[in-house]
Amino acid sequence: MKVHEYQARELLVDAGVPVPPSHVVETAAAAVDAFETIKGQVVVKAQVFAGGRGKAGFVKLCNTVDEVREAAKFMLSNRMVSVQTGAEGIEVKKLLIAAAVDIESEYYIAVVMDRARRCPVVMVSREGGVEIEVVAKENPGAIHKRWLHPHLGLQGFQTTQLVAALGFTDKAQAKAAGRVIRGLVSVFYKYDCALAEINPLVRTKAGEVLAIDAKMNFDDNAVFRHKKLQEMFDPSEENEMELRANDHNLSYIPLDGNIGCLVNGAGLAMATMDIIKLHGGDPANFLDVGGSVTSEAAIEAFRIILSDKNVKGILVNIFGGIAKCDTIAEALIAAANEIGFDIPVVVRLEGTNVERARKLLAEANIAALIPAEDLTDAANKVCAKVA
Amino acid sequence: MSILVDRDTKVICQGITGQAGAFHTSGCLEYGTKMVGGVTPGKGGTKSEHGLPVFNSCHDAVSATGAEVSMIFVPAPFAADAAMEAADAGCSLVVLITEGVPTLDMVRAREYLDEKGTMLIGPNCPGIITPGQCKIGIMPGYIHKAAENGTKSAGIISRSGTLTYEAVWQCTSRGIAQSTCVGIGGDPVKGLNFIELLGHFESDAETDAIIMIGEIGGTDEEQAAKYIERHVSKPVVAFVAGQTAPPGKRMGHAGAIISGGEGTAASKVAALKEAGVAVADSPASIGESLASLLA
Repeated sequence: MKVHEYQARELLVDAGVPVPPSHVVETAAAAVDAFETIKGQVVVKAQVFAGGRGKAGFVKLCNTVDEVREAAKFMLSNRMVSVQTGAEGIEVKKLLIAAAVDIESEYYIAVVMDRARRCPVVMVSREGGVEIEVVAKENPGAIHKRWLHPHLGLQGFQTTQLVAALGFTDKAQAKAAGRVIRGLVSVFYKYDCALAEINPLVRTKAGEVLAIDAKMNFDDNAVFRHKKLQEMFDPSEENEMELRANDHNLSYIPLDGNIGCLVNGAGLAMATMDIIKLHGGDPANFLDVGGSVTSEAAIEAFRIILSDKNVKGILVNIFGGIAKCDTIAEALIAAANEIGFDIPVVVRLEGTNVERARKLLAEANIAALIPAEDLTDAANKVCAKVA
Repeated sequence: MSILVDRDTKVICQGITGQAGAFHTSGCLEYGTKMVGGVTPGKGGTKSEHGLPVFNSCHDAVSATGAEVSMIFVPAPFAADAAMEAADAGCSLVVLITEGVPTLDMVRAREYLDEKGTMLIGPNCPGIITPGQCKIGIMPGYIHKAAENGTKSAGIISRSGTLTYEAVWQCTSRGIAQSTCVGIGGDPVKGLNFIELLGHFESDAETDAIIMIGEIGGTDEEQAAKYIERHVSKPVVAFVAGQTAPPGKRMGHAGAIISGGEGTAASKVAALKEAGVAVADSPASIGESLASLLA
């Protein structure tokens, strides 16, 4: 799960990390009010999950009431199109109006889960304000890391080392930087983050240490125990069909191709996309119906796949284990009767009760359903049908 | 021979009176696993629907039954705690089936289990099976083939559930047996990984070849490739799922995500090929690739 920048700032402020004064607004009039309260130069920032805001013109430095009003109007009435949004762009509903600061230097600080070492790692760099992936590629030596003990967490000496790596020498500033690192780490643990990032952290000309922008991702498996995150969840930033799938315990991700996939198990679902590609087709989605699929869920899965107008054929790939093939065949027949397929549906079933399943499908005699012998045969058939 | 579990392994189930725990305990018993009891706090002293003794704690269960392995079906919020309880009670292996366990819980639990010297399989996994002897988990037993005189056997390590069944079935249909199959799970922080299990299979006399099934996310496959190059003499066949997966999207499994340019299928396939592993380009040709290596 992700949250907006203004929400991430809120969590940081609660943890004692200083940020410039700011207001969240939803209208141009409120943006002007915020400007007048802050008194001075402000940055108007669109609150969306997608990156590339600056280049798209959705982060603007403003000096006057007119500039603020114009920037706010523009951002709230135009869809933001960036490299991360796709051509259709996304709607902007909220703006962050933050006091602009005189920047002396920019830094990068983040806490992420290190899968290989099985513990969180704090990463800092003096090269702030740019994408960390770029730094990691071009100048990996500029990133300093300290791993957090699985049970003991961040230690004082590690904070000292990280502050030194950032190059803080002034005593008060070093202390402030240490407070930021501890604050960020505490947010990471408190809210089960997968990533907690401040980029940039800045030192102002006046010597203040402030977090300017923040990004956070949370462990989906842990959201259940954080009421605050549940309240912060913004469904309008999510794909409608992905949410609808979630409600039915289905895992669905839309892609660009024209062959819909319905599979049990995440690994097999990925492998099914792969084999379609290998045989010259293009998968339209990832869809895992899970281990114990019901008729209702299967019907919903077909509806979701078919809501994508690019889909010209469907590949059903089931390896029956706990989920029995005949149950799935029954669900397929029910779905065919209820929805009425007008595109080919290639069906490959293997595993528990497969004989009965094949018999059921043959008896149902549904024109759109095309049985396949095995996985390769299924991929070939569905690719040929949509070609 | 086999690895980690065999016909003598004594197993308890934590969460035995829950729906999933009860159902899969039945499946394991039918397969012939030595299930010796279960744990459900508050139901100690009763019998499960299978007639097995139920205990209030792992300590009671282990001291009464001598169980070495615990199979866990406890709900996600309490699953890591259950794993630590099993370790503290003296289990040498914990098989954690539960999906949806918070990652930070697993960070803490894994460290605790390491300190106790307890091995972990999972979470979010189908479990482990030594065909014909012992099934601990949710996989359909009948698709597997036990080694007989003269048959070749493969050891299987996989991050996926149904894709493992697919590979197992491809082997069984070709007359290739399996020594042991381990589903290591689809989460970012887990127990036994490719490297430890490759080591076990390398030294298992009955394992003739190894199949490893990886997927996008993390760098486990790349590390396994380095290990194979140095320490594995047996033939290895691999498949990596997610060649067509878009970056930044979690593909069902909590750990299946390409982030910051790390975890792509292309990188894993390249590393494995460089280590001399036969990487199947289609999920349908895993068994075929293995058969040609064993021929």
